[in-house]
Amino acid sequence: MAFRLKLVPAHTKIDFFRWQRGTFGFSVLMVLVSFALIFSIGLNFGIDFRGGTTIRTETVTAIDVGSYRSAVAPLGLGDVSITEVFDPTFGADKHVAMIRIQAQEGAESATPELVAAVEAALKAADPAVVFASVESVGPKVSGELIQTALLAVFGATAAILFYIWLRFEWQYAVGAVAALVHDVVVTVGLFAVLQLKFDLSIIAALLTILGYSINDTVVVFDRLRENLVKYKVMPLREVMNISVNETLSRTVMTSGTTLIALIALLVLGGDVIRGFVFAMTWGVVVGTYSSVFVAKNIVLYLGVNREPRKPAAGPEAEGFDAVP
Amino acid sequence: MLQIPMWKRVLILAVCLFGIVSAAPNLFYGRVEAHNDAIAAATKAGFETEAQAEARASWPDWLPAGLVNLGLDLRGGAHLLAEVQLADVYKARMDALWPELRQALAAERATVGAVRRAPSDPGTLRVQIGEPAAMTRALEIAARLATPVVSLTGIGQNDLAISAEGDQIVVTLSEAEMVATDNRTMQQSLEIIRRRVDEVGTREPTIQRQGSDRILIQVPGIGSADELKALIGTTAQLGFHPVLARGANANALPGVGQVIYPSVEESGLFYTLDAVPVVTGEELTDARPDFDQNGRPAVSFRFNPAGARKFGDYTAANIGQLFAIVLDHEVISAPVIQSHIPGGSGIITGNFTVESSTNLAVLLRAGALPAKMTFLEERTIGPELGQDSIDAGSIAAMVGMVAVVFFMVASYGLFGVFATVALGINMALIFGILSAIGGTLTLPGIAGIVLTIGMAVDANVLVFERIREELRTARGPARAIELGYEKAMSAIVDANITTFITATILFLAGSGPVRGFAITLLVGIATSVFTAIYVTRLLMLIWFERRRPKTITV
Repeated sequence: MAFRLKLVPAHTKIDFFRWQRGTFGFSVLMVLVSFALIFSIGLNFGIDFRGGTTIRTETVTAIDVGSYRSAVAPLGLGDVSITEVFDPTFGADKHVAMIRIQAQEGAESATPELVAAVEAALKAADPAVVFASVESVGPKVSGELIQTALLAVFGATAAILFYIWLRFEWQYAVGAVAALVHDVVVTVGLFAVLQLKFDLSIIAALLTILGYSINDTVVVFDRLRENLVKYKVMPLREVMNISVNETLSRTVMTSGTTLIALIALLVLGGDVIRGFVFAMTWGVVVGTYSSVFVAKNIVLYLGVNREPRKPAAGPEAEGFDAVP
Repeated sequence: MLQIPMWKRVLILAVCLFGIVSAAPNLFYGRVEAHNDAIAAATKAGFETEAQAEARASWPDWLPAGLVNLGLDLRGGAHLLAEVQLADVYKARMDALWPELRQALAAERATVGAVRRAPSDPGTLRVQIGEPAAMTRALEIAARLATPVVSLTGIGQNDLAISAEGDQIVVTLSEAEMVATDNRTMQQSLEIIRRRVDEVGTREPTIQRQGSDRILIQVPGIGSADELKALIGTTAQLGFHPVLARGANANALPGVGQVIYPSVEESGLFYTLDAVPVVTGEELTDARPDFDQNGRPAVSFRFNPAGARKFGDYTAANIGQLFAIVLDHEVISAPVIQSHIPGGSGIITGNFTVESSTNLAVLLRAGALPAKMTFLEERTIGPELGQDSIDAGSIAAMVGMVAVVFFMVASYGLFGVFATVALGINMALIFGILSAIGGTLTLPGIAGIVLTIGMAVDANVLVFERIREELRTARGPARAIELGYEKAMSAIVDANITTFITATILFLAGSGPVRGFAITLLVGIATSVFTAIYVTRLLMLIWFERRRPKTITV
């Protein structure tokens, strides 16, 4: 018998419903808290969503944010935020700051004069400064971007709801979508608490979380569907437990490999995509949790029609060779 | 039983081979890029310099040379989203119509009375007439100025909508004409921008129409968005020059006050021209695709009064001579002057097809931007930032890959090795397909690939776990493998289709970097399902056929 790394023993008999009031209640609470935070603290929207200009500066000496601030202040640009960026991938002589300027009254996008004035002011404060990127989004586009982003998230959720309903039954679809809503809301809530920049790439991350979370949920559901045929008289709750236990090894393995890859990117991938990768990493954790503790609790609550369906469902009835 | 027919094995191996071969150029990115650039530059110029030949030789011609395009965020460059002020054109049209209408009405002053222009919104022409009783007559006169709209949807409609309001004639562009005008304006703007950007010779600029009135411009390698705006803002240099000589020698020494420009129509042909144009593009008011009296495609054009006089005088004196139409130091066409052209409008005949006459008309109109543009979005990304991101991304991908491989081999032994080989082929396929379809790799795209590394093993894990389970019920290893695949299939299919759905929506709704991410995710899903189902299985089968093990351990 060769050595095998076993993260999960071959036969587990964990009762995932033992603390179901606690876990499910915790999830509901987290969703509510997230909503409260999103509406009270609000999100730290990036310029994609509220317009404005961001300038990324790089310099060789340590940055004195105060001197930058006093350099830009006389220009009277309204709300200007200056933050220093720290990253393990930066060398000792690399110091980065992000400067965000609010959208100016009546301007569709930053005027070249405005950017030039800010750049000149910063050059005066720190002659070695270079401008690695300058991005500017007008308020007109930012409004549309919000709309498109929301549409994308709702569209994806609706499409998944429909597909699961088609392939399984409506109870599964409701369970799966509840899990998805949970994942998205809790992730957005975390962004509100930490006041991380919320921009278009985070929407992309949210959609990816949707995809990942549903992936996980479907695997559990698929096994549940199979086991319901196998154990015809066993209570639904037991069958669910068996199904989750049987797929547990796979769940841990897949989440593990995905997390390893993401954490590598989180630590080594640089600060530009850190927010994006952070959302995704968190999403994998929440997505895994929700497929075990949210999706099936709802299915259990709704109940499943256990009368055998006439046509054997799905491609498992077909062999490998039948797949073109 | 555990069988894969020979043709299928060949097909699977062929796909893998395709992936590896078409991904290979990306490993030598700099060299292949130099090779491709040299070929492009040489084709454009019509000859090849020594440095270009050297660059071309650095990568064998017979190997595939498709590369993954690097997005703006990785290569650095500028991004602009411009909104074309379409209403500017309506206003210009109405302003141009006013003198014409005044003249037409003045001819019948006795009936309609004195006319004057009343204040109105831009894009509307209001003319007050002295004798409101003669309104019907005045409308008739105005209606004579309208011409039918030539477009697919606007057939049978006139270009002007004319109505009466009290003692005022109200003229606007008709709905059909507005649509046609908008399209013309957008087409013209795109064409001008494309020419301006191509002139600086950067690689793979993106110039796209977005929605009804927007243009997305992405130019890698350019210093800043301001530079790009300056480039777009400059007007085209259009001129009508007298032709002095024609020849094939590009390096002939032009005389004083002469210039030598290449022909666009015929490569290798050069014209010696008078350096001073007779008329310039600034004096052109319109150009449209048309047909000559024999029904052959041609281009009709019109000058403003000053241009018309100069043009008329010159053509009267030089019948039978060649007249070169020069755009940005290139001779677009050099027709023979067939007759004196008074009145400032004329027709260019030549070896045209309907398509080429349309293009020429666009180019002629493309002298200056037809309407003002406002910039809704401006982004400048420095080249170093992009390089840093590529470096960080590749290191992360390597580390992620090594960790996943270790994890897989430690958990599944030999089967983990199979999955690792499949993962390698998967990566090759992703890059191969992206290169083949000319896909763009963006920073989130790299994240998409890293995510795929993590998730690609999922299908394998599903199968391996299933085989483990089947082995417990012990019906021999071959049967266990077969059942493992069969039973894992529905989970694999459902899981990946749902991910595919979200990636598709991401692709449709997203733009720029986000879209780049969606593409890598879509390609990644397809290739990881393929490698997990076919490649791993084939590897397993080949191993199984060789060894015929009595028992297996997964």
